[in-house]
Amino acid sequence: MSGIPHDHYEPKTGGEKWLHSRLPIVGLLYDTIMIPTPKNLNWWWIWGIVLAFCLVLQIITGIVLAMHYTPHVDLAFASVEHIMRDVNGGYMLRYVHMNGASLFFVAVYIHIFRGLFYGSYKAPREITWIVGMLIFLMMMGAGFMGYVLPWGQMSFWGATVITGLFGAIPFIGEALQTWLLGGPAVGNATLNRFFSLHYLLPFIIAALVIVHIWAFHTTGNNNPTGVDVRKGSKEEAKKDTLPFWPYFVIKDVFALVVVLVVFWAIVGFMPNYLGHPDNYIEANPLVTPAHIVPEWYFLPFYAILRAFTAEVWVVQFTSFITGGIIDAKFFGVMAMFGAIAVMALVPWLDTSRVRSGTYRPMFKWWFYLLIVDFFALMWLGAMPAEEPYASFSLIASAYWFGYFLVILPLLGVIEKPTAIPATIEEDFDAHYGKASDAKAAE
Amino acid sequence: MLKKLVIGAALALTPVAAMAAGGGDQHIEDFAFSFEGPFGTYDQNQLQRGLQIYTEVCAACHGLKFVPIRTLSDEGGPHMPEDQVRAYAAEYFSVYDSVEDEDRPATPVDNFPANTNAGAPDLSLMAKARAGFHGPYGSGMNQLFKGMGGAEYIASLLDGYTGEEKEEAGTTLYENTAFPGGWISMAPPLSDELVEFSDGHANDVRAMSQDVAAFLMWTAEPKMMARQQAGFVGVLILTILSVLLYLTNKRIWAPVKGRKDS
Repeated sequence: MSGIPHDHYEPKTGGEKWLHSRLPIVGLLYDTIMIPTPKNLNWWWIWGIVLAFCLVLQIITGIVLAMHYTPHVDLAFASVEHIMRDVNGGYMLRYVHMNGASLFFVAVYIHIFRGLFYGSYKAPREITWIVGMLIFLMMMGAGFMGYVLPWGQMSFWGATVITGLFGAIPFIGEALQTWLLGGPAVGNATLNRFFSLHYLLPFIIAALVIVHIWAFHTTGNNNPTGVDVRKGSKEEAKKDTLPFWPYFVIKDVFALVVVLVVFWAIVGFMPNYLGHPDNYIEANPLVTPAHIVPEWYFLPFYAILRAFTAEVWVVQFTSFITGGIIDAKFFGVMAMFGAIAVMALVPWLDTSRVRSGTYRPMFKWWFYLLIVDFFALMWLGAMPAEEPYASFSLIASAYWFGYFLVILPLLGVIEKPTAIPATIEEDFDAHYGKASDAKAAE
Repeated sequence: MLKKLVIGAALALTPVAAMAAGGGDQHIEDFAFSFEGPFGTYDQNQLQRGLQIYTEVCAACHGLKFVPIRTLSDEGGPHMPEDQVRAYAAEYFSVYDSVEDEDRPATPVDNFPANTNAGAPDLSLMAKARAGFHGPYGSGMNQLFKGMGGAEYIASLLDGYTGEEKEEAGTTLYENTAFPGGWISMAPPLSDELVEFSDGHANDVRAMSQDVAAFLMWTAEPKMMARQQAGFVGVLILTILSVLLYLTNKRIWAPVKGRKDS
């Protein structure tokens, strides 16, 4: 790998040399696990490991659940109850999988906002960022389709509402929706394909995760200062970095276990806290629930979807100039996907050459406001579509787009960054003092 | 920043569930059930009383189609002796046998029958399909501290009839303080001393409401006690592991960080 100079794997014994000349897999693993990592990484950098853990956890529990689950509209709900009552440990498997999805999204949101604060998306890490956004989209797809599988009321009606979004696309929408559902409405064909895709997506995610890691192992990790590792020589690089193993593996695993204490307490003591009671009612196409709400991790984007109603002047204006082709519903759909798109494009929207938010006095406050905005949207997404929530949703949605499309481009021009440390070593020593024992750092 | 985000994350985890059934004027009483909290357990006697009420009263209209009768002898449930469960199944329920093409008495391996007689909903999962507590302001905090409140909802509903009736489109509706909207089509199912318990336990409407609610909590979540046990053991082990990892991490980093000598 290019990037930071470091010691590479040298095969020593005859057997190692034999294998290495045919398949350098040990060398690949060695270089991956011993990658030089900026030594000043703080605790916000632990969520990558949590995410990797979540993926493995969801795949393992999911595979076992699939052994007992039946994807058929008449049997799905009962088969989940069979898992909960008859399968050995089935109730734990299902609750872990259910809440595992929530942990996955908690971790991915923190991971994304960490990237946004420390400028991890900026050159040369644009590919890492874009791949990450693709993973996030795939996660949303997997999460949505997984929620449909138990075939409860929220499963059915959530699927109806969300697939209906595709129906809003002008001209092709209706045909597209029918094609996606495998019929005119959510039914057995829909459940079967969702099950198939829910099983497929995690493996695509796993492949993308490898690309994600490959990309940032090529550029090297970002770090809280945003200052690059010195790459002139191995000795110089060593002053700024430490090998991933054991320093960061142990640190990350420690953090992971702390996170898991909370996770396990939720699974053990309140496994349905994050779910919706209506999903314990079997799906019934003839009875619509009073409020259809998605899982909590979709709420911010759901709020943006609903914010742009036909009463909003931007929507009316767009509808007018497009001759009604873009109506309120389609506008909402575009806004929802647009909210993710502007985030994906942030490497090119942020004009500041300073990576880390730590040294950007104005940016900081806009960023904190974005976090508040995110939670506000999450709350609003769960509220009924009526005043005053509708107006709040519109304001909060506007800020989301404003942050990426107006504030970030402008800040780069008008902001005066504060002093940035010259090296990572300097930043590290400022925090922890200089290592008294020079040879220990070797 | 850390603190801010931790608080933020806590708020983020608040459930959407909170807004479910909506109706603002519902009165749900926060009954003190034995199974509440991380260390709560089902009261075996209460579950057995609840079963008796279900069998003698509710079963006339409501099914429990997801619940296998054999689970009545499960530990962590009513824990009835197996021969008693066998006798109970045969005495009270019959199932259609497709091989013999006739009804036969139920056995423990059968589920409780479904019952759609009066359009009444199945009760197997009712205690998880309703949330008694909501909010405040959609934050889900009430559910965090009081629990989801499914059993409280059921007990409050059964004990919440005011005695008022009205006719609407040919249907009699009964005023109920716990039901969303205030009027329910189910006639008051319980009355004082409707069911006689062999141990002479209190059988007023309020006591029986709680017994049957507890029983339905068990039918909805039969593995709760085993789950909480696993939760407790898991949290304990992970906590110990995290302490060990903390010490390991500190030790590994000590020579790199300046403040301490290795």
